[in-house]
Amino acid sequence: MFKFSFTIMGSLVLTSALAASQATLGGGEDTPGVNITASNDGSEILPLSTTGYNNSWGPIMGEENAVLTSPPFVPAPITRNHATKLIVDLEVIEFTAPIADGVDYTFWTYGGTVPGSFIRTRVGDIVEFNLHNDPSSKMPHNIDLHAVTGPGGGAASSFTSPGHTSQFSFQVTIPGLYVYHCATAPVGMHIANGMYGLILVEPAKGLAPADKEYYVMQGDFYTEGAYGEAGHQAFDMNKAIHEDADYVLFNGSVGALVGDKALTAEVGETIRLFVGNGGPNLVSSFHVIGEIFDRVHVEGGTMVNENVQTTLVPSGGSVITEFKVEVPGNLVIVDHSIFRTFNKGALGMITVTGPEDLTVYSGKQDDRIYQGEGGAVQRVPTAGSNQIPATRDMAKRMELGKRTYEANCMACHQVNGAGIAGAFPPLAKSDYMMADRNRAINIMLEGLAGKITVNGTDYDSIMPKIVMSDDDVANVLTYVLNSWGNKADKVKLSEVKAAKAKKASGH
Amino acid sequence: MRKLILHSSPLLRYAVGVTLLLSVGCSKPVAPPAIELTALITIPDGMYRPLYPGKSEPAEVVLSGFLLEEHAVTNQQFLSFVKINPRWQRSRVRSLFADKGYLQHWVGDVELATDSELSPVTNVSWFAARAYAEWAGRRLPTLAEWEYISMASETSAYGRDEKGYNQLILNWYGKVTPPIPPAVRFRVANFFGVYDMHGLIWEWVDDFNSALVTGESRGNSALDRNLFCGSGSIGSADPSDYAAFMRFAFRSSLEAHYTTRNQGFRCAADLK
Repeated sequence: MFKFSFTIMGSLVLTSALAASQATLGGGEDTPGVNITASNDGSEILPLSTTGYNNSWGPIMGEENAVLTSPPFVPAPITRNHATKLIVDLEVIEFTAPIADGVDYTFWTYGGTVPGSFIRTRVGDIVEFNLHNDPSSKMPHNIDLHAVTGPGGGAASSFTSPGHTSQFSFQVTIPGLYVYHCATAPVGMHIANGMYGLILVEPAKGLAPADKEYYVMQGDFYTEGAYGEAGHQAFDMNKAIHEDADYVLFNGSVGALVGDKALTAEVGETIRLFVGNGGPNLVSSFHVIGEIFDRVHVEGGTMVNENVQTTLVPSGGSVITEFKVEVPGNLVIVDHSIFRTFNKGALGMITVTGPEDLTVYSGKQDDRIYQGEGGAVQRVPTAGSNQIPATRDMAKRMELGKRTYEANCMACHQVNGAGIAGAFPPLAKSDYMMADRNRAINIMLEGLAGKITVNGTDYDSIMPKIVMSDDDVANVLTYVLNSWGNKADKVKLSEVKAAKAKKASGH
Repeated sequence: MRKLILHSSPLLRYAVGVTLLLSVGCSKPVAPPAIELTALITIPDGMYRPLYPGKSEPAEVVLSGFLLEEHAVTNQQFLSFVKINPRWQRSRVRSLFADKGYLQHWVGDVELATDSELSPVTNVSWFAARAYAEWAGRRLPTLAEWEYISMASETSAYGRDEKGYNQLILNWYGKVTPPIPPAVRFRVANFFGVYDMHGLIWEWVDDFNSALVTGESRGNSALDRNLFCGSGSIGSADPSDYAAFMRFAFRSSLEAHYTTRNQGFRCAADLK
């Protein structure tokens, strides 16, 4: 009799605990992404399963190898409705690769990428973690996963010498999006070299469906040379201590999410971004130009905010943002501490294709004359290159010019020289630019304000004077005069110097 | 028995390994011709500043003078050793004394890869390094001796405060390991006349386990606070010496039978 009632009670407790622990995030159909309630607060004391693990999320059934993906992609949403034993094999590899055009850096990575592979788990899973340290590694490495409850987040148990593997196991007990990173001394250097990534612990009922899911992780980098300085750059410990970053990047290199590597979506789709910030130092003011976040899972946790323009991602933290795209065009992913975007590389893109919606966004409807006070021509200081040979061949000028263009001009005149309608004139097949070579040189040296007509369209804007070396002026002009359908002789250093001299003498 | 040893704690394996080594090595090894060994540099008495002084230890201790090989043991030298001591050849070495990576960069048991003769021998375990040193009538340097010599720059016994000194070392740590390191005497000798303390390979020392950094380098246990590198950086004598931290961290990840692609050794000897 006693046994009978105990069994009934036991199963009732188990059932209600299971029901309570179902996350209400999404639920799918009627209320997408309302909130995650981690309502299993541990107040229910449940009988242990035969494996000895806490089975508040149901029994642990079966085992499988985790699918790991390289950024910006994530593994498919988890469809199983039970916890399992998940085997993760993650490799540490140190190698040299470009961090920017012409600039090499030695990265220390998980899975051969910065950020490291994305790990997708379900709450209740037992993760058997195997950390492999490639034999060619210089350093021992370990891993601290913020999803782990235990010493060092796993770091105490995963200290791995080159050419060895460490294995340890943990249960993911709380849903959320968590950072993982290396915790071997000196920790800051290991993180600064790219040893970070994200592990997602899905709630029991999963996340609401999204049409596109992407993985973006910000990091700050510290090099001996300045931003863009060519050659192999070593890590600079002193700059890292002073939090004086040279590069602030999404996914480990300048332009990692730009051009043909931009994220993509179609009008009407819902995009979910799993966003992390590896640091090591800087906090991110995460914003997507041209969109508002419909839902923000604040700090990758349970709380959901709505209708947010810019959200903070702490160093060593995360956020999940979801938004539905309504109009076609390029959305720009930025850290709104904006000099990081335009001068340190924190710029990514989402290309949205599909039909226009002129009510939501009309594009420019009219352009009229306005007789205002008039702006002064501003100076924009930029770093010049150090080496200045007197002559260069066409190929070299084109190569260097392209680099200079991307660093200084592309933000306004765009990657294909198309400019932005109504604001910045095109350079591609520009009649205005091609008509007068000396005028083009002078615009580079002095800036330009006032109305001009390019290819039949009026532009009345200001181009700031860009301060750069004569060599860079010759390079970038050679590049624009010979790109996107333009054709001209290479611009020589002597022409630039002559124009400068003429200007100085008061022409 | 072997399985028991292999899966037990590192300390036990160390103890068993050393005992076996001493007992197995009772047949006297054939001594090498003196001409093949590296020249020894005389290091006079000096003051050593340990990175992790013990609680009651002074910041500076007298280090007795000793002899140190001018450069690391090369592949060529190690080849001579294994030819005369075949139980240290790759296919014959006991797994207790060296793991599967032992001499993996050699073409065969007694055959080197092309152009690797003068490169420092790597993929050798602590047991193998000790065996060579004993055969040569020498020993491995102690951690104190090695770190003392490593602190020198080209012009002074204490180079740590020189501008750019630490950065030079960190630059090397940031570079990828080539499969065969360059030949020994890679850069100019330091103040003591010793080559390659930095920039070529990691090196075994006799008591490599004596200052442990744990895997969890942020530390949350009051018990071993001065060994955890997060608070260990507070406990260390020179928190700015990140290069030294990394060497301590590297050594702490090792066990005596481990072989590593970028680690070799050099020998020391007592002053007569």
